[in-house]
Amino acid sequence: MSGPIKILIGLRDWVDARFPLMRIWNEHLAKYYAPKNFNFWYFFGAFALLVLGIQVITGIWLTMNYKPSAEEAFASVEYIMRDTEWGWLIRYMHSTGASAFFIVIYLHMFRALLYGSYKKPRELLWLSGMALYLLLMGEAFFGYLLPWGQMSYWGAQVIISLFGALPIIGDELSLWIRGDFVVSDVTLNRFFSLHVIAFPLLILGLVGFHILALHEVGSNNPDGIEIKNNKDEKGVPLDGIPFHPYYTVKDLMGAAVFLIFFFAVVFFAPEMKVPGTQGLFLESANFIQANPLQTPEHIAPVWYFTPFYAILRAVPSQLGGVIAMGLAVNLFLLLPWLDRSPVRSSRYRGRNYRVALTLFVISFLSLGWLGLQVVTPLYTWLARFFSVVYFSFFLLMPFYTAYDKDKAVPDRVTD
Amino acid sequence: MKTYNSLNNIVIIFFLMFSVETFATADSKLVHMDVDLSDQQSLQRGAKIFVNYCLSCHSAKYMRYNRMGSDLSIKDQVLKENLMFGTEKVGDVMDVSMREEDSINYFGVAPPDLSVIARSRGADWLYSYFLTFYKDESRPFGVNNLVYKDTAMPHVLWELQGIQRLASKENVTAVYYDPTYKDYLELLTPGKQTERQYDRTIRDLVNYLVYISEPIKLKRTKIGVWVMFYLFIFLLITYMLKKDYWKDIH
Repeated sequence: MSGPIKILIGLRDWVDARFPLMRIWNEHLAKYYAPKNFNFWYFFGAFALLVLGIQVITGIWLTMNYKPSAEEAFASVEYIMRDTEWGWLIRYMHSTGASAFFIVIYLHMFRALLYGSYKKPRELLWLSGMALYLLLMGEAFFGYLLPWGQMSYWGAQVIISLFGALPIIGDELSLWIRGDFVVSDVTLNRFFSLHVIAFPLLILGLVGFHILALHEVGSNNPDGIEIKNNKDEKGVPLDGIPFHPYYTVKDLMGAAVFLIFFFAVVFFAPEMKVPGTQGLFLESANFIQANPLQTPEHIAPVWYFTPFYAILRAVPSQLGGVIAMGLAVNLFLLLPWLDRSPVRSSRYRGRNYRVALTLFVISFLSLGWLGLQVVTPLYTWLARFFSVVYFSFFLLMPFYTAYDKDKAVPDRVTD
Repeated sequence: MKTYNSLNNIVIIFFLMFSVETFATADSKLVHMDVDLSDQQSLQRGAKIFVNYCLSCHSAKYMRYNRMGSDLSIKDQVLKENLMFGTEKVGDVMDVSMREEDSINYFGVAPPDLSVIARSRGADWLYSYFLTFYKDESRPFGVNNLVYKDTAMPHVLWELQGIQRLASKENVTAVYYDPTYKDYLELLTPGKQTERQYDRTIRDLVNYLVYISEPIKLKRTKIGVWVMFYLFIFLLITYMLKKDYWKDIH
């Protein structure tokens, strides 16, 4: 063995005598056994971690040049875009990263619905993931105010005023969030603080929790089979393979594919200006500096909130709309208890769940599209229809899953 | 035997439907203009029009003269002599000397900063706007605009385009803008430029406005091609790595 390698091994052993280095390495990578049959849908957890890394690093560099004041914020973003070396790239990576995060998380959640990954014993894993999703929504909402464009400003104004619809505490609550009677410099400052310190800390902590919870119960898989039930004489699951190197190299390949899509957007379409929209990732109205005296014609949230926004608008009363929207987001939390089927994976579930899930996906996407449109009577009725489908997926789940004609689940994974 | 495939297919088909649906609703009321940022001469001509006609009232306060100089291959000397009127320092931003309160007195509103106007309005809007000024004595500056009704801006380029008038007013009142604008506007007094020359002038100007709204756009896509090239090589390597590691897993 050559000299430098010897020194490195010596260093490793020195650290290992004082810190559980090898134990962590083995428990979470080299001897963490993951099912060998992960498919396409199992990339998105790793992608979420990658996007989180991108957001943290680009965020640190953006903070170096961004000025969180109503006077200077808009100009400082343009300064980053023009005068900071590679500032445009960092900014576009961050703005694209925000949307990429939600795409990845929605697909990650869809995977859990597809294969029943929220079911016992993974309830806490699911709940921590949902908490992460809620934190991510907050993080995105705070971050969207920072460029201080018209959409930033009026989007925040509208969303904060929703809290005002709550009885008794509503007005005080929205005042408390804003710190002022309208969205102002005060609001911008506190949103900046929450966006760059409070929420990232919470998210990072909870990601740690999420991964520890995952490694405690082990990964689910497309067959929804517990691989720990079939172990060899050494206690290694027969259908399991060590996460490292197998899934580290596989996820590395996945990361390459992800980055191709990600950077294609960053370099060729950072605004994601799909015709008929103002730009899905960067809206054209946000290139006008915030003006508290001038309301834009059409205020819509960014695409990742639009399914819930459509539900809000579909309910005739404002309070009812706010409650419906809150429920729509939070009903996911109850999935482990709403689902009465003993079978996890939709591969072996009966027709009820498969149809219900398909309808749910259609209604979620339709609501997302409707939330981007200007209200018309037809669209309002469509939004009502899809809202009913959306809620039915959850509220009727105890019934249609209990009476589903599930198929026999094999003992071992199939591919 | 992949029983879950049908579900996947439905999701994918829905994604496709969704994108087609979104594409169908483009704004058809504006005249489309193809922006060409690779035409450096057009951008240089646009710069000249911009500083001569726009910069006296509008600022472009996020845009620096020397950035324009290096991007559009204009030497500092030429910049100073031909394109800079308010300042001597090439590192300065394109500010405006008119005080905001004065401009509010003149126009009723402060003329907006034009640094990112092409990103908020879009090239088609700007192009259509410059095409469709027409004579309207009821307005303070004697002109109105089909794209931006009751605009506070005078037709600064009138001596180039000439003066247009509404051909038949009753047809126009309800129309926000129609691509066949010639049905509605006709040239009353010719300007210094022919129709084709004026068209080129405003194309140059809009090209330039698009450029200053995001100067890095000139290079961004070129860098992007190299990044894609690298990432595909990276994908090939990681694919081979994965294949090698996974060869015994069945």
